[in-house]
Amino acid sequence: MSDTLKVPTMAEMMANGETPEILFWVGCSGSFDDRAKKITKAIVRILNHVGIKFAVLGAEESCTGDPAKRAGNEFLFQMQAFQNISILNGYQVKKIVTGCPHCFNTLKNEYPELGGQYEVVHHTQLVQELINQGKLKVQGGEFKGKKIVYHDPCYLGRANDVYEAPREVIQKLDVALTEMKRSRANGLCCGAGGAQMFKEAEKGAKEVNVERAGEALEENPDVIAVGCPFCNTMMTDGVKHFNKEDKTKVLDVAELIATANDL
Amino acid sequence: MISAIIFSALFIAGSAFFIVNARKIRRNILLGKSISIRDNRSERFKTMLLVAFGQKKMFSRPIPALLHLFIYAAFVITQIELLEIVFDGVSGHHRAFRESLGGFYTFMVSFIEILSVLAFVATIAFLTRRNILKLARLNKPELNGFPRFDANLILAMEFLLVCFIFMMNGADEVLYSRGESHAMNLGDGSLGFSVSKHLGPMIYGCMPTPGLHIIERIGWWGHIAMVFAFLNYLPFSKHLHILLAFPNTYFSNLKAKGSFKNLFEVTDVVKPNFDPEYQPKLDPNAPVKFGAKDVTDLTWKQLLDAYSCTECGRCTSSCPQNITGKKLSPRKIMMDTRDRLEEVGKNIDKNKGTFVDDGKSLLGDYITAEEIWACNTCNACVQECPVNIDPLAIIMDLRQQLVLEQSSAPAELNGMFSNLENNGAPWQFSPADRGNWIHEN
Ligand code: SF4
Ligand code: SF4
Repeated sequence: MSDTLKVPTMAEMMANGETPEILFWVGCSGSFDDRAKKITKAIVRILNHVGIKFAVLGAEESCTGDPAKRAGNEFLFQMQAFQNISILNGYQVKKIVTGCPHCFNTLKNEYPELGGQYEVVHHTQLVQELINQGKLKVQGGEFKGKKIVYHDPCYLGRANDVYEAPREVIQKLDVALTEMKRSRANGLCCGAGGAQMFKEAEKGAKEVNVERAGEALEENPDVIAVGCPFCNTMMTDGVKHFNKEDKTKVLDVAELIATANDL
Repeated sequence: MISAIIFSALFIAGSAFFIVNARKIRRNILLGKSISIRDNRSERFKTMLLVAFGQKKMFSRPIPALLHLFIYAAFVITQIELLEIVFDGVSGHHRAFRESLGGFYTFMVSFIEILSVLAFVATIAFLTRRNILKLARLNKPELNGFPRFDANLILAMEFLLVCFIFMMNGADEVLYSRGESHAMNLGDGSLGFSVSKHLGPMIYGCMPTPGLHIIERIGWWGHIAMVFAFLNYLPFSKHLHILLAFPNTYFSNLKAKGSFKNLFEVTDVVKPNFDPEYQPKLDPNAPVKFGAKDVTDLTWKQLLDAYSCTECGRCTSSCPQNITGKKLSPRKIMMDTRDRLEEVGKNIDKNKGTFVDDGKSLLGDYITAEEIWACNTCNACVQECPVNIDPLAIIMDLRQQLVLEQSSAPAELNGMFSNLENNGAPWQFSPADRGNWIHEN
């Protein structure tokens, strides 16, 4: 594993007269949440390994506004959107990879009408592309033969119909990929979306993440693979609820790739 | 002669009553805000063919889909037979098309009979599933009262309709074989319809001719009366979906499900801060209202959605919040919207064409904030809906109303908003620290 990550910011690149091929949009969770930062670094390791010229915005990045919009605060959303768009357009960004399906969805679907037009991919799509282009060779490593169940993030799956990219990437690891009863278009939410991450649940019989983690654990997996930092938090808590954290790990697809290949 | 007059009167009255009520529904739908959906006609047409006509989304649950298909196909195909019934009814003929259409006539009626048998089986299965097996999604609290009665009534009507068809055709078969039918005798000894040629003699074979004439007439009149009753009941029932599924799928959202609409009312206020040259998109003198408080704040498409809802509960049974016992039910969102719209419509009827404020609204009196705040915006309900209804769009409009007009978001969300406003992140971190992860180990 290489110790030093090379993470240039857009400002640094510009100062050196360079233009990156792709902008890595880290997102709030990926920037601030301790667990999610590990996912961010796994994505960086992959990018460093294949030698893609990329940059991050660093302190110039700001929340896409997704949680505000889903919570009904359109003012706050558009304030964030216009601020981000003016920075992205200022740097003449063309292509963006995101570490989070919520950022992915907002940048891809809601920014264009407000003046921000970019090619946006989720990190699992980028990894798939790199593998298909032969730029990234992957092996199963420690995950070889392990049982992995993949949880579809709503904002990657149903919201944007991306079901295959993460699965194809996981399958490259020579693992036994299994499906939960509710998967793909029928997948059940982890419970975080729609700004639920930031509030207590309404009164009911159960927490959504416990329902979903329980369903994943029925498959008796070694790993629950996710593609979203919020799903990651929810599923990790759900697995803890069942005291299964020793047996079943919750890992992002990027972490699977980076760990298996010792990047 | 008398029967032709009675029939014509029934036909005219039945059609007129339906038209009056259909126009009311159209008026109610158009109470919604205007939006223009004129793009991508060919894709829209294709969606309608696949989803409404082809019932594509039903087949994610194959068994109910198949049973539903039997009833639907029987319903559609039976309408062809109706042409003859109406012609016979008005002109006083009996099976007027049989002679001229010959073998094709026998084939069509036979086909209708087979579908009717399948529909009969499906009807019994549906009644059993709803009332005896008590399938969870068909027994949620929002179905208590009229909706449950509505569903069973329609199934009962379907049941009776099939009985009438076989009374009519079965008795006629026996009469025909005795040379006593009012149908023109072609000297073939049997009407030759696939089911009734066996069923008729089995049930009615030993009955005297005058009795059979009565049974045949009861079947004929019962059949047509059922069709008119059904037609006129539609505007009051969830079964309106058999008509509205077509326009509703034609006008469905073709964009990615994650793409929520941007409010131009907000853009007009926010954008000038970033772009002084910006020209407002909306009329600056028009009153601005954010989100939706009542049904008239929704678009006509959202109101069409409400009238198209089949109350099948596929949305609710896939809703993560409902599954885990929360109050939110996307089906209830749609039913409430329709109920409130009906109430507004009746208010307008009563007050000679203008709505007189009744102090009520969709948000608050029908749908509570508790329901609205539970939503994960996960799109499972939208994905599941067999007629492409979007309950989430209404939920979002109501949320916007709560936040932007009533400032009544849950306290934790207000905390998230202020973090976002001050720090550019939903948590309390300094924006200057956003890049710190780069150097941490
Ligand atoms: S979008 Fe909301 S209402 Fe629809 S299924 Fe998901 S949580 Fe339920
Ligand atoms: S909204 Fe759609 S899925 Fe839900 S009850 Fe109505 S028709 Fe069924």
